[in-house]
Amino acid sequence: MPLIINMKDKIITLAHGSGARLTQKLISIVFAASFNMTELSDYATIEHNMVVTTDAHVIKPLFFPGGDIGRLAVTGTVNDIAVSGAVPAYLLATFIIEEGFAVSDLQKIVASMQETALEAGVRIIAGDTKVVEKHNAEGLYITTTGIGFLPPNCHLSTSKIALNDNIFINNFIGEHTIAIINSRNQLNLNPPPCSDCAPLNHLIQKMLTCSDIHFMRDATRGGIATILNEVFDDCALGIIIEESALPISSPTQAISDLLGLEPLYMANEGVIVTFAASQPRQLLSTMQNHKYGKNAARIGYVTNEVKGVYLRTSLGSLRPLPMLNADPLPRIC
Amino acid sequence: MLNNSFQDPGLSHKILNQISEYKKELRIMEVCGSHTMAIGKWALRKLLPPNIQLISGPGCPVCVTPVSYIDALISLKSLTITVFGDLLRLPGSLTTLETARAQGLDVRLVFSPLDALKIAQKQETVFAGIGFETTTPGIAHTIRLAQENNITNFSVLPAFKLIPPALKYLLLADDVEIDAFLLPGHVSAIIGSNAYSFLPAQFDTSGVISGFEPLDILLAIKMIIDILESGKNAIENEYQRVVSPSGNLQAQNIMNQVLYPRDACWRGLGIIPASGLAIKPEFSRFDATQKYDLDISYYEPPSPCRCADILKGKILPPQCPLFADSCSPAHPIGPCMVSSEGSCAAYYKYER
Repeated sequence: MPLIINMKDKIITLAHGSGARLTQKLISIVFAASFNMTELSDYATIEHNMVVTTDAHVIKPLFFPGGDIGRLAVTGTVNDIAVSGAVPAYLLATFIIEEGFAVSDLQKIVASMQETALEAGVRIIAGDTKVVEKHNAEGLYITTTGIGFLPPNCHLSTSKIALNDNIFINNFIGEHTIAIINSRNQLNLNPPPCSDCAPLNHLIQKMLTCSDIHFMRDATRGGIATILNEVFDDCALGIIIEESALPISSPTQAISDLLGLEPLYMANEGVIVTFAASQPRQLLSTMQNHKYGKNAARIGYVTNEVKGVYLRTSLGSLRPLPMLNADPLPRIC
Repeated sequence: MLNNSFQDPGLSHKILNQISEYKKELRIMEVCGSHTMAIGKWALRKLLPPNIQLISGPGCPVCVTPVSYIDALISLKSLTITVFGDLLRLPGSLTTLETARAQGLDVRLVFSPLDALKIAQKQETVFAGIGFETTTPGIAHTIRLAQENNITNFSVLPAFKLIPPALKYLLLADDVEIDAFLLPGHVSAIIGSNAYSFLPAQFDTSGVISGFEPLDILLAIKMIIDILESGKNAIENEYQRVVSPSGNLQAQNIMNQVLYPRDACWRGLGIIPASGLAIKPEFSRFDATQKYDLDISYYEPPSPCRCADILKGKILPPQCPLFADSCSPAHPIGPCMVSSEGSCAAYYKYER
């Protein structure tokens, strides 16, 4: 019998699903302990070169500027595979549908999935459908499982990250979160902010061929700051991010300031964080020549100047960028 | 963008150099939680010389909301409860609204009291009326709208707080040592800079109203130094692009029309005379305390938490025995750890 450690929390709250520290605790105390897992990862390599991953997609609203739950269900899983270095090939999809859901909406969502799968160059090959009673689900949930294949000699891992590695991202941060906050709360921002939801596998393959890349991760729940902290937890190397180098669009910055939220902690659906050895110019121009990398930037570096993840503000002061326990909440004033 | 010019590194360092010429010990209380967050976000404490201490005051409305208030909200089992975001994790005596929601309480996060009024058109809704002078006029306006449109499903549980009485209370306490105040920008936009004239007149204390960009805050600190050097106490206004001497009269009128001052309980500080606002009798059908006969009689559970001393500026968060040990953002004990604006949460996040 595996040792069951009691969680301090007696019930699950939304904070346990935020992707931050409380999610990590839930996974390690409840899941990893029972499944005898030594490594916590959202993908696994099997049979030498096959990478598998699975991702459940729950989003409100189902349609939002820049995407919908169907596009998200494809890109989320494709990107999880692609950041391992593997070429995504197949998807399986499970649909949990609430009784009363409009068939026309389902058709729109499925068409969007197919369109995104074609863009990514993957095939949706099998799936499952369940219908649950009214109010037992909210509209539609989609789970996708992805399969991809690693090219020979491709091995990306936090263990490869070294001192002086540069850290890159490919796109503006926070765009997806702001688009969802705007749609969900009918803030009526004009023009409506758009989600960055996109399949990044083609961009990633280009990056892998041009540069010595050590590690990649897509910055979804918890945002850039959470990933950087996970990297630090793994490899214990210090990280400094330069605030002045962060690509943040002015609408996102303004809305974040208004709500008291920080883009570095916001979920993205089209942003990857990349650790690579030197040559920033070559990698940056490869990224910037791709439609999902136009706003690419080198945002920081790996260093022994600090222990942990730090942000150098544009005033030159350093402040820690810790992993949060749960999603930050909008502030009152 | 307008804001970028208020984040100019060159100008900031120029002002920092001028501030560094001042060699005496200086204890400035930043009253407002948004100042606390901005100071942390820009790591200004690390740029200021060590003789200039910034002390975080009681200016986060969520932090100072008493335990009994959360208990009262959680007791409203069959209603829809609407709240501003950071109230979700404020601990009551047994649990938080976030946990109560997971157990079935209908708690919804809103960005405006008008969203709560919209929900009230469909179902019985209570709005958690938390805030200082900044947020309160919007809520008073919503109560007036509910009256005009006869939306009887709507009520507000009031825990409104006022800044000037809290400053008076702090200055009257004999164990508080504050040389000057960095006064809140948003609150002052409503009440005006004249509202602080009692500080020099009655308490020989100075203050500067400041905006929220790093240059605003640094310039306000420099202005405080200049006032102290001049040897004459005064209130000055760094945030003139937003704050006028008499404030926003329309907002003041709405507050006066719907609300009246009364004693209020501040978590960690206790009762402060005339520091809160209650709903006037002519709007009593929108007052949740009356509508649901709620007892929010004020009590403070005994605890080794030293939030009171932190709010008074007597100690810094790391000096509390619970800080970062049994009290953390995941499991906050004291009010200052709960809100992302709270002194302890800001310290936990930025200054450890």
